[in-house]
Amino acid sequence: MSDQSCVYIKKEWDIVAARQMGRDIATKVGFGTVDQARIATAISELARNIYLYAGSGKICFEAIETVQKKGINIKAIDEGPGISDLAQVMEDGFSTSGGLGAGLPGVKRLMDEFDIVSKSGEGTTIESTKWLR
Amino acid sequence: MNTLRLDLENYRDLLAEYIRTKDERALYQAEQFSKQSMQQNISPEEIINVHLRSLQELYPELPDYILDSFDFLMETMMSYGLAYQEFQALREKQLELKSEISVAANMQKTLLSTTKPEIEGLDIGALSVPAKQMNGDYHHFVIDDEGSLGVAVADVIGKGVPAALCMSMIKYAMDSFPELRMDPKYILGSLNRVVERNVDSNMFITMMYGMYNTEDNTFSYASAGHEPGFYYHKERDEFEEISAPGLVLGVSPDSMYEQYQKQVDEGDMIVLLTDGVTECRKGDDFIEQEEILEVIREYKDLPSQEIVENVYKYFERLQDFQLRDDFTLIVLKRDV
Repeated sequence: MSDQSCVYIKKEWDIVAARQMGRDIATKVGFGTVDQARIATAISELARNIYLYAGSGKICFEAIETVQKKGINIKAIDEGPGISDLAQVMEDGFSTSGGLGAGLPGVKRLMDEFDIVSKSGEGTTIESTKWLR
Repeated sequence: MNTLRLDLENYRDLLAEYIRTKDERALYQAEQFSKQSMQQNISPEEIINVHLRSLQELYPELPDYILDSFDFLMETMMSYGLAYQEFQALREKQLELKSEISVAANMQKTLLSTTKPEIEGLDIGALSVPAKQMNGDYHHFVIDDEGSLGVAVADVIGKGVPAALCMSMIKYAMDSFPELRMDPKYILGSLNRVVERNVDSNMFITMMYGMYNTEDNTFSYASAGHEPGFYYHKERDEFEEISAPGLVLGVSPDSMYEQYQKQVDEGDMIVLLTDGVTECRKGDDFIEQEEILEVIREYKDLPSQEIVENVYKYFERLQDFQLRDDFTLIVLKRDV
């Protein structure tokens, strides 16, 4: 396990910094260009969610390595209003996607593992992992 | 043509062939490749990657700026891949919903089924066809303890699943009535209370309820805002509207209904229907009442069931076989 590195999201351009850091770590882990692009897109979505709905928060990255596999773990943490209906935001065609396939369901598709915990009034934590194949 | 393999080697060879020959055949193969990729859920960024790697193998000397441009392209294509995947997921969901609705429609058919009774001296024809899968029209026959025929025709304002659910309630309310003879006006009155209490205030049901007394050949009826029916006098060869004042079911808890009675002579005919019949359209125009009557008149000498089927076929064809509204038609004819 290596150390976590985080990017704070306060303004739109922080999304770029988060993408950059995520891509650097993904490259080090050994992801190819296609997966790098997917990871970067997932980071964009997570960071944009924080920027648009929570106002501020952070995205943390961790290169993970177990006996069998390597991967990248991304956590998006905010202390915003929280999501009251998780089933709804995870539903295709709903929310911010506007038929663009993005939003949280998009993140789930781009990554391998996806988990979300949210409490009304306290914030949201989304954790997602992609494994190197 | 041999089946295409979706691998790098195959793509590279096709690409090389195309660059060498500019041949349409290679382009056609690329089209096949694209279709198969979609079938196997291969996203655009993967195709771009395959393209880039093929180029690198074919032209090892390719300058960096060309290679880098593909990273840029890949990023711009990401959303297309995601949108496509979402589209696929939604399509699957839609198929699921469709099959659920068709199960529900079958269930509704069973729930709302009514048997057309056989009554000596009265020839009955009935047909109800939904515009979509679920029927928002309802008709029901019942024989009371004295052998008279009760007939209900109803239409929910609204279509589809909500309308169908609403109708199921009406059916159960009617089933719960005692088998004692009840006058149409009382039946409508008590159904009105059921609807008023149980259904959303923006959903209304219109109903015509009639009772044919087989002993004295009279037809009593009342209407809750329902489409007027028609009465055919054989002797005068004339149609007359059957209507009665009354509020649609569910508007006010204490609606009262008026009841009327007709003496039915031999060969006379009672036609009950829903607005799916009267609001048939020719292009953008509604048909005239005259046209409906003409069509009924044309088939009036056939057995009742054949009359309703022929009238239906006529209007189905008129509307290019696409019903706009649920269609229900009932004919009661006193045998000569």
